[in-house]
Amino acid sequence: MKLITAVVKPHRLDEIKEALQAFGVQGLTVTEASGYGRQRGHTEVYRGAEYTVDLVPKVRIEVLAEDEDADDLVDVVVKAARTGKIGDGKVWSVPVDTAVRVRTGERGPDAL
Amino acid sequence: MPVGITMLAADKITPDDALSAANTGFMLLCAALVLIMTPGLAFFYGGMVRVKSVLNMLMMSFISIGIVTVLWVLYGFSVAFDKGNDLFGGFDWMGMHNIGLTELWPGYTIPIYVFALFQMMFAIITPALISGALADRVKFTAWALFIALWATVVYFPVAHWVWAADGWAFKLGVIDFAGGTAVHINAGAAALGVILVIGKRVGFKKDPMRPHSLPLVMLGAGLLWFGWFGFNGGSWLGADGVTAAAFTNTQVATAAAMLGWLAYEKIRHGSFTTLGAASGAVSGLVAITPACGAVSPLGAIAIGIISGVLCAMAVGLKYRFGYDDSLDVVGVHMVGGLIGSLLIGLFATGKVQSDAKGLFYGGGLEQLGKQAAGAFAVLAYSLIVSAILAKVVDLVMGFRVDEDDEVAGIDQVEHAETAYDFAGAGGGTSLGSLQSAHPGGEAKKKDAKKDPKKVDA
Repeated sequence: MKLITAVVKPHRLDEIKEALQAFGVQGLTVTEASGYGRQRGHTEVYRGAEYTVDLVPKVRIEVLAEDEDADDLVDVVVKAARTGKIGDGKVWSVPVDTAVRVRTGERGPDAL
Repeated sequence: MPVGITMLAADKITPDDALSAANTGFMLLCAALVLIMTPGLAFFYGGMVRVKSVLNMLMMSFISIGIVTVLWVLYGFSVAFDKGNDLFGGFDWMGMHNIGLTELWPGYTIPIYVFALFQMMFAIITPALISGALADRVKFTAWALFIALWATVVYFPVAHWVWAADGWAFKLGVIDFAGGTAVHINAGAAALGVILVIGKRVGFKKDPMRPHSLPLVMLGAGLLWFGWFGFNGGSWLGADGVTAAAFTNTQVATAAAMLGWLAYEKIRHGSFTTLGAASGAVSGLVAITPACGAVSPLGAIAIGIISGVLCAMAVGLKYRFGYDDSLDVVGVHMVGGLIGSLLIGLFATGKVQSDAKGLFYGGGLEQLGKQAAGAFAVLAYSLIVSAILAKVVDLVMGFRVDEDDEVAGIDQVEHAETAYDFAGAGGGTSLGSLQSAHPGGEAKKKDAKKDPKKVDA
């Protein structure tokens, strides 16, 4: 199994969710996150005091997938997340040892 | 405040000295409007601080309602407005004694009780204004003690100077219709005096200190603007043409000041900000406060634009000079109050509350001189005495919280509360366990004291 993690622009979330549903993904986890990449932050002004805000709001989407689906899923997420502008984010996948469905105790791919 | 300002004969509210139900009703509503300004101020300030200190900021204003109301009845009204000498009033009205229910405020058609109530609301908001300069860092008990001392030694006497018929500034002919000198210069100078004693916030000029909620700031500014009609309109102590002029000027100057601040900000920093709109409006309200009974609507536009632009420039001074006027009480209230008080010397038409004319209306420099005397006397007195009071409070109990507590957040240390429960996890059920919610659970309460909070938020 693989854990696919995407840190992307918040306004792409719906797009990505729909693409994943169309692919057949049963569940995912979304967390509000903040961070920066090459895009860095932006400047805000309060009564003339300028602040550089480094951390920009992002969402972090996590999906568990079977090994053979992982590469395709990464592509689906990347396609749905892309705007072509700087700050689109990152997507990556890592191997997962175990997954358990809490209600039934099913393990491995059955738990997905 | 028109207590003894020469009134044109035609402007007399009613010919005889009978009680006017219309004026009395109007003034009671104005008193309620002025009261709402203090919670409005609390939100205006509260939105500008960081999440960890918003409750403290709100409480610094609210506690003024508690303390000053009680002091006002005990002796404040008497010291400010009973017959006395040039510097302070008498003591016959302490505890509101010796005031008949039907007794009218001399020269007006409202009961003394109504005047006392209206003025009480001014006494409440003035110390609350100072709190914005002290954000994030002072002990709540020290602040409460400071309010009590400051109202007693500074506000009550200064209100007497400016508004009582036997106060020295009033007799001199200083025009302060609704409190540019007695309220705003007074509070702004006090703020400067106190921060010079207690020092900067930890991280001033280094850490970002972004306002945590600009919508709260806008809400607060809106409440202030609304309540200010009572503050300025009510200061004529009745409802007639002069009241209408004061009301109009209040609206006009505030709108112009908002535009002035926004224009300056756009040119200088590139954006029209909500904080700029709110701050500009408040700077206009401050500046027109002393002048709303003296100028024409065109004069009010001029005063508004000037105050909006100059206050927008003045709020940057703290970074240059290194004093931490956290929410710009000096930059907006002292500077705005000075602008309004002094510009009366230029823009007074001599056709509204009194026949005193400013320079632009053929009055020469005389009124400007009087305005400057009143403004700078109050500024100097408040600055010096407030600094001394702050030092006294600091020596007695320590004015500031510990540095660690300040960094961690004053809300939890001083008030044992958190402003916002955004804990997504089950709507806050992950917070820990309830320690003592049982009425009469004294034994449990003791335990709670020993082993206080278990809070992860």
